[in-house]
Amino acid sequence: MAETTYLDANELVINMGPQHPATHGVLRVKLNLDGERVMGSECVIGYLHRGVEKIAENRTYAQFAPYTDRMDYVAAVTNGMGYVEAVEKLLGVEIPSRAQYTRMILAELQRIASHLLWLGTHALDLGAMTPVFYTFREREEILKILEKYCGARLTTHAFRIGGLQYDLYDGFEREVVAFCDYFMPKIDEYEQLLTTNRIWVNRTRKIGVLSGEDAIAMGVTGPVLRGSGVKWDIRKAQPYEAYDQVEFDIPIGEHGDTYDRYLVRVQEMRQAVRIIRQCVERLAPGPIFGKVGKVIKPPVGEVYHSIEAPKGELGYFVVSDGSTNPYRVRVRPPSLINLQAFDMMARGHLVADIVAIIGTLDIVLGEVDR
Amino acid sequence: MEILFYICAAVSVLAALNVVLQRTPVYSALSLILVLCLLAVIYLLLGAEFIAVIQVIVYAGAIMVLFVFVIMLLNAGREVPSERSRLARWLGVPLVIAFLLEVLWAVWNQFPSGTAPAADFDAGPAAIGHLLFRNYVLPFEVTSVLILVAILGAVVLAKKEE
Amino acid sequence: MLENAFNVVMAHPLLLAVIKILIVFAVLSGIVAYLVYMERKVLAFMQARLGPMRVGPWGLLQPIADGLKLLLKEDIIPAGADKFVFLLAPAISVLAAFTVFAVIPFAGNFYISDINIGLLFILGVSSLGIYGIILGGWSSNSHYPLLGALRSSAQLVSYEVAAGMALVGVLLISNSLSMVEIVNRQQQMGVWNVFLQPLAFVIYVIAAVAETNRNPFDLPEAESELTAGFHTEYSGFRFALYFMAEYTNMVLVSCIAVTLFLGGWLRPFSSVHALDFLRWAPPVSLVGAAVFILWLGLQSRVPLERYFFVALALGCVAVGVIISYPLILNAVQGIFWFGVKVLAFLYAFIWYRATFPRYRYDQLMNVGWRWMIPLALANLIVTAVVRYLLSAHTPASPVAWLLR
Repeated sequence: MAETTYLDANELVINMGPQHPATHGVLRVKLNLDGERVMGSECVIGYLHRGVEKIAENRTYAQFAPYTDRMDYVAAVTNGMGYVEAVEKLLGVEIPSRAQYTRMILAELQRIASHLLWLGTHALDLGAMTPVFYTFREREEILKILEKYCGARLTTHAFRIGGLQYDLYDGFEREVVAFCDYFMPKIDEYEQLLTTNRIWVNRTRKIGVLSGEDAIAMGVTGPVLRGSGVKWDIRKAQPYEAYDQVEFDIPIGEHGDTYDRYLVRVQEMRQAVRIIRQCVERLAPGPIFGKVGKVIKPPVGEVYHSIEAPKGELGYFVVSDGSTNPYRVRVRPPSLINLQAFDMMARGHLVADIVAIIGTLDIVLGEVDR
Repeated sequence: MEILFYICAAVSVLAALNVVLQRTPVYSALSLILVLCLLAVIYLLLGAEFIAVIQVIVYAGAIMVLFVFVIMLLNAGREVPSERSRLARWLGVPLVIAFLLEVLWAVWNQFPSGTAPAADFDAGPAAIGHLLFRNYVLPFEVTSVLILVAILGAVVLAKKEE
Repeated sequence: MLENAFNVVMAHPLLLAVIKILIVFAVLSGIVAYLVYMERKVLAFMQARLGPMRVGPWGLLQPIADGLKLLLKEDIIPAGADKFVFLLAPAISVLAAFTVFAVIPFAGNFYISDINIGLLFILGVSSLGIYGIILGGWSSNSHYPLLGALRSSAQLVSYEVAAGMALVGVLLISNSLSMVEIVNRQQQMGVWNVFLQPLAFVIYVIAAVAETNRNPFDLPEAESELTAGFHTEYSGFRFALYFMAEYTNMVLVSCIAVTLFLGGWLRPFSSVHALDFLRWAPPVSLVGAAVFILWLGLQSRVPLERYFFVALALGCVAVGVIISYPLILNAVQGIFWFGVKVLAFLYAFIWYRATFPRYRYDQLMNVGWRWMIPLALANLIVTAVVRYLLSAHTPASPVAWLLR
């Protein structure tokens, strides 16, 4: 037994993680507690640091692309997409429309997969054990499509600088549409389990509230920002690929609490299906590769390009010195920036809410630490 | 049946001694729980089933849980024997012996035959209910108000200064 | 010979009691082991999985494998633990859970004892079960078990109050504390207590879920917050004891709820003779089970499994035929209906676990103290007033009684 008694310990410091089941990887959170109430917190990160940005300097532009998949490993497609688009912007190449729509389809499928993973684990953290099995069942269908297209389920390396390596396989469109038809009712099913569930609402309403101003001040992006009522989506604000050609809505929340972020992500899955359907309709036969040479040697210069990854704004800042290797690649990972709002959201809540707040931020430690 | 009584009585006396002599508070509390449960068995042997069960529910099951709770929260360790004062040494033993003799004398006077008469009344819940809510309703209610007052007092005392 | 033995047993009530206790204990242990299997299977099917499939046909031997594994595991006592209390605590839990079955009437003619304060006995003994949890957490000498134990015992004490008050409502309409008498009374009235005391029933069920530390009230074992709660430091057989106590408690609260609210061993509409054909339900359901088992067996590709399932199906049919014999059919009525109702309850327990997220600790206490207990009190008062007004002793007017 410790020497102090539990009654007179005014502030107790406890560690959550890095091996705590609810921190989704190797996040370590130091919590200052008064009883069960959180008075302050500190996130200790870096357990999964692999020096991805440094690796880029010793690889050619094309060789680095697969490394990007290993940052947000649950959304590899969008991670690769951000990088290849940044390099394409540096090269100044246009990519053909078939490649653009293919990228969008795969990226939106990946968004759904990422959100499904989030939904399942978030619910599991709050004690609902069933949704995780349902969401993984549907995620499996997406992974099957990804595997059939590029041979890998997780670290896909789906795109190449300049377009696509492979054309779509026969029946791709059919399978994607079949998935959309199958998936829409499933979203309703998740909502039946959770949206009106009193316990779920109790556990998420007014938990981890982040006001719109605070969200902007902390620089958070993605569903976390939109849950706070800020209508900001890079797909609309700075359209890339062909996002200006498709119709979709940006779901936003009102109160900026965990429940609103849950609703926003669920709505985003619906919108993703809507985008996919439109893209499939516009897929026309044609070239899949732009005018890019065998050896990629961008002109001297720098470029910042960001996309709307499932977790928020994913930016790549690429500096070229005219050689075959990038001079510097800097990644702006959404998870890292979103995690900065954690302390603000956690203060004053109970220990049990911490798992809800970590879950609602939807962080991936591979991306936080890089 | 009589054997059961002697076993229970002996063990409960030993456990009661342990309550006092034990230096670790949790063991004292556990011994007390044992005493209460054994007393319940003795009540059962006397035919007072209702009292026996109430004894277990109220004392062993509720009050002692709170005791153990508090001991755990305070994280009380082994007690250190205090320096005995001279007064305690000279007066303590004779006084204890005198007290024991007094108790013995009182018991002896009450039951000269050496055995207590078996309960010849109905000790079921209905009978006790009648007694409590008909004959003794005023003392009963006053007691409950008293307990309520005690609870309120405890809340006031325990409340932190604003 | 057999008759002699029968006479000897009948002549010695103590011997009879011992035999009954052994039967109940053995059957209960088996039920508890297979309850875990049932939970895993039902959860799995609700979650688009198969559950245990490897050990034996359809994983049927899984509980035995689990039990063996736990028995053979090293029994670790953490350094710095209070050894005596650490060893004692799990035994208290199991003991309290099993002891209560002494007063549960499984059928009109099968119970270990019928004491006139049965219900109080249940409350008393089950309140002692808290010590198993609280002492286990304390003696482990570690933070998480201690916090888990404090939460658990606070939860148990709070919800015991609500459950107890809900049960008093039943007492008022049953006029007895004896479990057997309470069921008999329901037969006389021709209506189950659940229809007379619906609010009490709901309160009791919720409190029962909380008292058994089951989802959505499974905070003491919230593995995403507190790892495993009070039994974190326990391993091997002692962990198995806690596990057994938890599932035994599930069976227990189901039995209590069935006895007090759902007519115990009575068949549905037992007073309606037009439905007497329901007495054939035991053999019919056995034959149904046989058909299902046969269908399962035909799906299997392993010859040994096929033979096993066919044999099992034949066994079911054989038992079904045996109990169709009128004398035996009457004897099994009570235990069959009791079992069916308890099973339905246990199924609901598992169903909750698949459906609900977990409450937060303060929310749990809020529900308990601000909703359940006031509601139970209100129910008690209303029941008492109605009962008084309906009773034969009521004077012409309450005012007259007051002035008397």
